[in-house]
Amino acid sequence: MKIAVCVSHVPDTATRVKISSDQKSIDSNGVTYVLNPYDEFAIEEALKLKEKNEGTPEVILLSVGGDANKETIRKALAMGADSAVLLKDDNPRDSAGIAKALSEEIKSLGCEVVFFGKQSVDYDNSITGQLTAEMLGYNCVSVVVSLNIDENKVTAETEIEGGREVVETELPVVITAQKGLNQPRYASLKGIMAAKKKTIEEKTAASYENLTEVSSMLMPPPKQPGRIIGTDSSAVPELVRLLREEAKVI
Amino acid sequence: MANKVLVVLEQREKIIKKSGFEALTVAVGLAKQFNTEVEAVIAGGEISNLADVGKYGVSKITHLKSFEFENYSSSGYNDSISDYAKEVNAEFIILPNTAMGKDLAPRLAVRLNAGCIMDSIDYEIKNGEVTLTRPVYAGKALIKVKFKSQIKVFTIRPNVFKAIKNDSGSPSDISVREVTSPNLKTRVTSFKKSDGKLDVAEAEIIVSGGRGLKGPENFHLIEELADSLGAAVGASRAVVDAGWRPHREQVGQTGKTVSPSLYIACGISGAIQHLAGMSTSKFIVAINKDKDAPIFNAADYGIAGDVFEIVPKLTEEIKKLKS
Repeated sequence: MKIAVCVSHVPDTATRVKISSDQKSIDSNGVTYVLNPYDEFAIEEALKLKEKNEGTPEVILLSVGGDANKETIRKALAMGADSAVLLKDDNPRDSAGIAKALSEEIKSLGCEVVFFGKQSVDYDNSITGQLTAEMLGYNCVSVVVSLNIDENKVTAETEIEGGREVVETELPVVITAQKGLNQPRYASLKGIMAAKKKTIEEKTAASYENLTEVSSMLMPPPKQPGRIIGTDSSAVPELVRLLREEAKVI
Repeated sequence: MANKVLVVLEQREKIIKKSGFEALTVAVGLAKQFNTEVEAVIAGGEISNLADVGKYGVSKITHLKSFEFENYSSSGYNDSISDYAKEVNAEFIILPNTAMGKDLAPRLAVRLNAGCIMDSIDYEIKNGEVTLTRPVYAGKALIKVKFKSQIKVFTIRPNVFKAIKNDSGSPSDISVREVTSPNLKTRVTSFKKSDGKLDVAEAEIIVSGGRGLKGPENFHLIEELADSLGAAVGASRAVVDAGWRPHREQVGQTGKTVSPSLYIACGISGAIQHLAGMSTSKFIVAINKDKDAPIFNAADYGIAGDVFEIVPKLTEEIKKLKS
């Protein structure tokens, strides 16, 4: 059995966003890029599955993008993944374009279990996993907080409004990981050293024509500065009055 | 005449969810500008309020019915709904950006060879083209996105578009289609409700607590204020990572992005990731000891004081008001 983990290279969540001169993307000057936080849960789950099966499955990282992604792929390899493929395309792709590249590679590798983070914290679409599954004809469970794979049978819990759903399906499957699924491990020194020696295979991403197009990026409208109406509980009646009469929200 | 606008509604426990009516309102607005028709489709078992769709200006609804559809099945819903969208020649397919909408929209898009745009908060139509606005980087920036595909799937963020009643006077045309042997390759077998509390993603009012509460034992102050307002309880990342509160309550870039009408932040300093997740709330109240905390820049009203003194007093005043 082969396991794929699809990872993305995103600005750190502490980034203060500035818009670049093309008015369509962020200015990446001075921005620190990291492994997408949700992908850490995806990698951890893949490694746990490998360990449960006494190390037989191979854990393969897949990423779509340019050379800059290699830094993130190395970090992910250091956690313990076996190998990595970078599907190269320097042009921006929409989610379906990324899914197209990934699904073609997953098909040729023959991976039966595919993990994603539930969303990338840049474009926040939360759809690449489902798109990839649908293109492959695989089953898929998204936003997973608990997972059990027993031979062919998959049981997962997924987070929805007001609770959790228990979902049953079978392999082959795509799982998108939510925070809480596990506690991602830190890369060990040994892992970091080993990752340096692993090769990142580079391939041209399967061709694709975008179905959506960003026409512009803009900052959210600035907010009127708020009012500090007091420093102790004597301000509470005034706060309640404002919420009731001015904001009309209670 | 352009092709149809199709709204995919969602039911939980036999009732159509409110976010679906918001999607109907968007669909009615869109159809008016394109001079086309809107219809709704829903998968489910028994549904008690199908006729409500008529109150929002959409008279035609098709219920894809199976007792197996009481709970969500990604494979079954996708098969039945994508077939229906093809049958009626839908050009636009609109869903609310709920857990189900997020799961189903991309699958429908693949089946229909459509572009898929998620979590829209605004739309405009120019020269016969729709442009959607959506937050990126958890709301730190916005993008305007267009479709290049003939068929277009998009989701709208709950609580942003107001559901507008529009009694066009036409009688409701409800058709029920029995779905025999749905595709249940992937199916929900049970639902575990989280202790009867409201969910931050859907709440009109959220009361959130942060590290200023000093420990999990003090969160009852937040819960009591939330109860008095009929609000959901939220939390900052710091207190979730510390294990004081469950992750489902986390608001922010690695938690939930929310847009309630009122957000009350108690003892939250306002890290950039938190601000990103809640700054689209209509009104924001901050209660924090440190008057220089960034949360006050995002807030409409603030009290720069002790949460342990102010929060109970606020609960008391709200209770007085409601009694």
